[in-house]
Amino acid sequence: MPVLTGKELRIVGFLCNWCSYGGADTAGVGRFNQPTDLRIIRVPCSGRIDPLFIVKTLLNGADGVLVSGCHPRDCHYAEGNFYARRRLEVLKRFLPILGIDPGRFDYTWVSASEGQRWQKVVTVFTEQIHALGPAPRHATVAPELLAKVAGVLSQGGNRVAA
Amino acid sequence: MSRLEELKTRIKEALPGLECVIGWQKGYDLLHHTPLFMRSEADVDKLEWSPLNVHNPAVYLPPFRGKKVGVVVKGCDSRSVVELLQEKLVNRDEIVIFGLPCDGVVDLSKVKAKLATAGVTAGQVEAVSHNDKTIVVTAGGKAVSMQMTDVAADKCLRCQFPNAVLADAYVGDPIAPSAPSPAADADLTALDAMSVPERMAFWRYHMDRCIRCYACRNACPMCVCRDHCIAQSREPHWLSQDDTVTEKLMFQVVHAMHLAGRCTECGECQRACPMDIPVLALKKHLNRTIHDLFNYQAGVDPAAIPPLLQFKVEEDNIKERGW
Repeated sequence: MPVLTGKELRIVGFLCNWCSYGGADTAGVGRFNQPTDLRIIRVPCSGRIDPLFIVKTLLNGADGVLVSGCHPRDCHYAEGNFYARRRLEVLKRFLPILGIDPGRFDYTWVSASEGQRWQKVVTVFTEQIHALGPAPRHATVAPELLAKVAGVLSQGGNRVAA
Repeated sequence: MSRLEELKTRIKEALPGLECVIGWQKGYDLLHHTPLFMRSEADVDKLEWSPLNVHNPAVYLPPFRGKKVGVVVKGCDSRSVVELLQEKLVNRDEIVIFGLPCDGVVDLSKVKAKLATAGVTAGQVEAVSHNDKTIVVTAGGKAVSMQMTDVAADKCLRCQFPNAVLADAYVGDPIAPSAPSPAADADLTALDAMSVPERMAFWRYHMDRCIRCYACRNACPMCVCRDHCIAQSREPHWLSQDDTVTEKLMFQVVHAMHLAGRCTECGECQRACPMDIPVLALKKHLNRTIHDLFNYQAGVDPAAIPPLLQFKVEEDNIKERGW
């Protein structure tokens, strides 16, 4: 069993190639101490990130997802992060209705020179996920919670008359 | 001349220049209407106009692209047509819209529940009659009278668009929108009142009975990918064939996210669901979010660009988080 089992959580980071991935590299080159829970996936641009990547990740085993791209106005492709910002903000407000704590997802902007900022973002986000603990799974929802929500909406006749 | 007769006359006048006109007809029993594709004058005589016209005919428009077709719309259907026009999924010069003022349609789930309460099953319906306020269903020798306000679809209880938003031929006089009733958003109110873990339990409870028939997708006028839906593609393999709540819910998230800023809340997804899963709640929540963030409503202005297909350099309502 790996030494870190139980101490680390699974956090997935989607980082744009041009700024945030470079920022994480700068932090590494500068030998800044960082938590090691984050697994980084490099994407061409934050505009490449389909919000469904994030939902899929969260529903299928990740405890947290961090997205980071170039600062607004600094996108390598001029406007990718402007579109991303709208999509990600909509997603962040959508997650709670699904029963996913909105704190498990965050998005931010880190440029390639901001190694210090990257260290801060990773540290704060990892602490936030550790405060929330491992993500609950559909398979292990408590029976008393299920019983509680079962009668919340009256069911229509499609099933009654079936 | 009744509105329906006038409508039939207008359609017959327009029919020679059109591939077909889409409307509604009587279905396999008196309670269920089905879509009607009018290609001849004889077909036009089958046209019905009643609260049983639950389907949204806009769903049939994109496959007809390239041919000129007519469509009869309720107010909510016309919003779907407008949204299709906004996204250039249909061409304005290929669509002839026939609009009528709509007094609301029934939710057959609610009608069947009423019938079940009265001790008869929907399969035995012998007669259906209706006026503005009530609908009387005779089944198993028993006449069951229902108030329209009790059996109307949720969307009708808060309808702000009873008249077609866009129409080439409008039959009848426009009517005033109804005052929204709180019962219309009972699903959203219930979800809002829950804690986050309770919501997870809620979706686990409801999605558990999903049979993945994809009726919600097929009935949706905005689901235009058709044969290329990512739910059924193996490469990329978005959804596995596992029969789990997570996979089923993931599909609903795919549907909802693909409708973000495009959904006109016609409610077809939930109406088509054979398992009565409250899937519309997800889209309602997203629409509310889109309205809060971008002050936008889908399917109202044919010239508007959907909010997720555009951006502002300085967003009005999105604040960056400090770290």
